[in-house]
Amino acid sequence: MLDNETIKQRLVEKFGDQLTNFAEPYGMLTFEAPKDMNLKVMQFLFDDQELKFRFLTDLQAVHYPHEKERELVVVYHLHNLEDNVRIRFKVFTGITKPDVYTATKIFEAANWMERETYDFYGVNFVGHPNLKRILNVDEMDYFPMRKEYPLEEQTRVDKDDEMFGR
Amino acid sequence: MARPVQYNLSGENNLKLVKEGPEGLGGEGYFATKLDQVVGLARKNSIWPLPFATSCCGIEFMATMGAHYDLARFGSERVGFSPRQCDLLMVMGTIAKKMGPVVKQVYLQMAEPRWVLAMGACACSGGIFDSYSVLQGIDQIIPVDVYIPGCPPRPEAVIDGIIKIQDLIGKESLRRRNSERYQDLMESYGIQ
Repeated sequence: MLDNETIKQRLVEKFGDQLTNFAEPYGMLTFEAPKDMNLKVMQFLFDDQELKFRFLTDLQAVHYPHEKERELVVVYHLHNLEDNVRIRFKVFTGITKPDVYTATKIFEAANWMERETYDFYGVNFVGHPNLKRILNVDEMDYFPMRKEYPLEEQTRVDKDDEMFGR
Repeated sequence: MARPVQYNLSGENNLKLVKEGPEGLGGEGYFATKLDQVVGLARKNSIWPLPFATSCCGIEFMATMGAHYDLARFGSERVGFSPRQCDLLMVMGTIAKKMGPVVKQVYLQMAEPRWVLAMGACACSGGIFDSYSVLQGIDQIIPVDVYIPGCPPRPEAVIDGIIKIQDLIGKESLRRRNSERYQDLMESYGIQ
């Protein structure tokens, strides 16, 4: 029976203490890996005959504006379809050079998910075949989901300032 | 004792519920009136709409076209999805900034005379979506004739909007599309 303890043990055997912050929010094992190791960890989880995490459920990012050098986090959710076990791992990167290796060679689904993450957070996926904006207008020059911009549309001229509390 | 039927509170008896048609000179077997009025009458009672339905307002339009609030009574029996064949572009629903050029392209493909109806708060002004991705009103890209507010507007409101369009069409002058003012309007949108 594949449970969180076994997975954690296998991961620690293979990668030692490079993987940190093991936690289990709501029963799902979550850990953190350094930026350059994300592909090695995913490949190991894919190939291993006991761990078989062969399905990428989700690839997203989070922006923490106040942690220096660890602002953008790319979060991968993997799923083992045969034993129905899910796992989450996070990769932290700074905002000045947000380069993360692309997961498209291992999972085809990562292609559009990484384009969306680039579109909204500006994470540059190194080695991606077609990294351009997917949901926003191509000419947009900022990354909307980062917490650096005010919530409202700034180019709007017809709003009455006093009614909207400005 | 039977009481006479009253349609209104003030008790007027000579209320005509249906307008009878354009003014003109009539007689046994003939009727003479102005050309724009006849053409307007013909155009307004057979509008072929193009439902550009994007979100919830599209569903409300489907309800309006259904049997309960029938829009086909007003002549819009044949809805087409080809801009080449339609008169009225009904934009129903939220238009994102990425969708803006598509709406403009559809509008450009329609043949004159063409009218635009913006249904719902999102098409009129962006609605509750005041954000980076939603176009704040389609009149930023195409000229609109009638706006129907509501989120979504009730089918009765949609029918009211269509009746207003019918009034506009019925009273439109035949030379309007060649006039100076119309050309300036098209220039301001960047449409030749």
